[in-house]
Amino acid sequence: MTQKKKPLFLSWLQLRKERARLLVAIAGISFADVLMFLQMGFRGALFSSAVEFHHSLNGEIVMLSSRSRSLISLDRFTERRLYQAAGVTGVASVSPIYLNTIQWRNLDNKEIWEIYAIGINPEHQVLNIPGVEANREQLRQPDTALFNLGSRQEFGAIAQQFKAGETIITEIDERQVQIRGLFKLSPTFGINAYLITSDINFLRMADFRQGGLIDVGVIKLNPGADVEAVLAEMRSRLPDDVKVMTREDYATAEVAFWNASTPVGYTFDLGVVIAFIVGAVIVYQILYSDVTDHLPEYATLKAMGFRDRYLLMVVFQESVILAILGFIPGTAIALGIYRITNLATMLPMAMDLGRIVFVLILTILMSSFSAAMAMRKLQAADPADIF
Amino acid sequence: MNPSDSMGYAAPTHPTNSPTPPPPHSLSMYPAISIRQLNHYYGHGPLKKQVLFNINLDINRGEIIILTGPSGSGKTTLLTLMGGLRSVQAGNLSILGQELLHATKEQMTLARRNIGFIFQAHNLLNFLTAYQNVEMALEIQDITAAEADTRIRTVLSAVGLEHRIDYYPSGLSGGQKQRVAIARALVSQPKIILADEPTAALDKKSGRDVVEIMENLARKQGCTILLVTHDNRILDLADRIIYMEDGSLVSRSDVAAIAQ
Repeated sequence: MTQKKKPLFLSWLQLRKERARLLVAIAGISFADVLMFLQMGFRGALFSSAVEFHHSLNGEIVMLSSRSRSLISLDRFTERRLYQAAGVTGVASVSPIYLNTIQWRNLDNKEIWEIYAIGINPEHQVLNIPGVEANREQLRQPDTALFNLGSRQEFGAIAQQFKAGETIITEIDERQVQIRGLFKLSPTFGINAYLITSDINFLRMADFRQGGLIDVGVIKLNPGADVEAVLAEMRSRLPDDVKVMTREDYATAEVAFWNASTPVGYTFDLGVVIAFIVGAVIVYQILYSDVTDHLPEYATLKAMGFRDRYLLMVVFQESVILAILGFIPGTAIALGIYRITNLATMLPMAMDLGRIVFVLILTILMSSFSAAMAMRKLQAADPADIF
Repeated sequence: MNPSDSMGYAAPTHPTNSPTPPPPHSLSMYPAISIRQLNHYYGHGPLKKQVLFNINLDINRGEIIILTGPSGSGKTTLLTLMGGLRSVQAGNLSILGQELLHATKEQMTLARRNIGFIFQAHNLLNFLTAYQNVEMALEIQDITAAEADTRIRTVLSAVGLEHRIDYYPSGLSGGQKQRVAIARALVSQPKIILADEPTAALDKKSGRDVVEIMENLARKQGCTILLVTHDNRILDLADRIIYMEDGSLVSRSDVAAIAQ
């Protein structure tokens, strides 16, 4: 019988008593969490969609013009540089890629939309994208192309018609082009839809482009080759009108471009900050009125010999409880909105554990910060005033 | 009952010129409360106003004292000083042998743990049941779970609320709430109980019941009670009545004069 008395869970008992206030607090925190998740989701979708192309390249090393910055900020270079690089020991094969936006006519409403065309050598496996490999050899035929499953509705119901077995002949730059297959690449904030075709077909569709001036070179190495050594050798041999890098560095540079050289990264970061502030204000309002309402009781507890520390802990615990109770529905709602956004925009909105943990930490920080502000009111609980 | 009748029960009220009665229950040589030349002021600078004038008072262990007098006479100020709720400014005030002049905040907090407070408003925590409100007083005591449970149930039965243990304050009458407050003040078995107008919000019957319960429990525990009240109906329960006016304690003969 020496078991010590368990302390009363005062913070929870107090929160539980005011159901309406508790629900408002939970709703407010959920709302802030949903906002934060959405901002981070858009940001993540932007970055993961922006580098889907990069990750699909079938080669360890990528060659670009030294003036290229991003898929939407490219410069051309002569394919001779690529064949020079092919001479370096360790290189298995090289493949040129042409990239350009071209005019696509939506056959349903005759509107013209820009589509991002990728021209590859149909004899090489250049892109590891499901649907491309299966249909690559069909692109040997003139005026053929593969269409992107993830394209937005503005381009017409191509995917549905194709799946229904219809023959689709569309109009690209005044040429009749037949769609021979479908593949999947998510739209990005800069690119609404992709079209994949052969290099020869590409130059026909984009007749303003000159053969031999390419946008991206894909370099595949022999198994076991030392990537860094090959890169160093290439850099020493090649003039500085081109740059070579690993495929991973290429993707990293694309993300860095979106993050630093466009307002997009900043916008979403700011969105997270605003959501944080909104949440903090809501929690502060709730905790402040809670403390104010209970001031005589708190003063009574001080009179009974409770230390200030005890009351500070009560308020702090309340804030953590609110944070966790608001976080759970907030996360569930955010997952639902991710799904809806994914269906509506084709953006690859995906939740990951890191983001969940990060938002939980932000939520607890937000609540504790508000609790610290509300605690200042506790000083007003003067036990001498209750008589 | 008029106040002058009740004065018949009162012992001499001017401690400096009359010997106080021997402490009936105390094992200690300290009086429960000892006050010497206590002065107290509110405000600062030109607005500074003296509210207590040269108070001298000894209260022995186990005594039940009623402190009465008109509104604004300084009763509550004196009570909050004795309770360690306000800092002593000038003079000496010791509670159970501990001097409160120049006491730190922590010392005052710890001193308050020996005192049970009963307020005019019950000041129960509205989100806790009667049981939990009483339990709060044991939160700062080193006590086993079984001992705590026994004490809470015993004291709630003693105030006649054994059938209301799991009620929230909103479900209790004014008298019942005040009885929970008394149970809360007594459960930690304090040496001193300070009560400010505990019957003010109650009707005649429940007011007297509440004070009688308080008195019975306190006598069993050998506890000193200081009760501030205007309520003439309960004056007969005191061992001694102290009258206060304009910040000073008034001697018995003066009280008789004032009462007439």
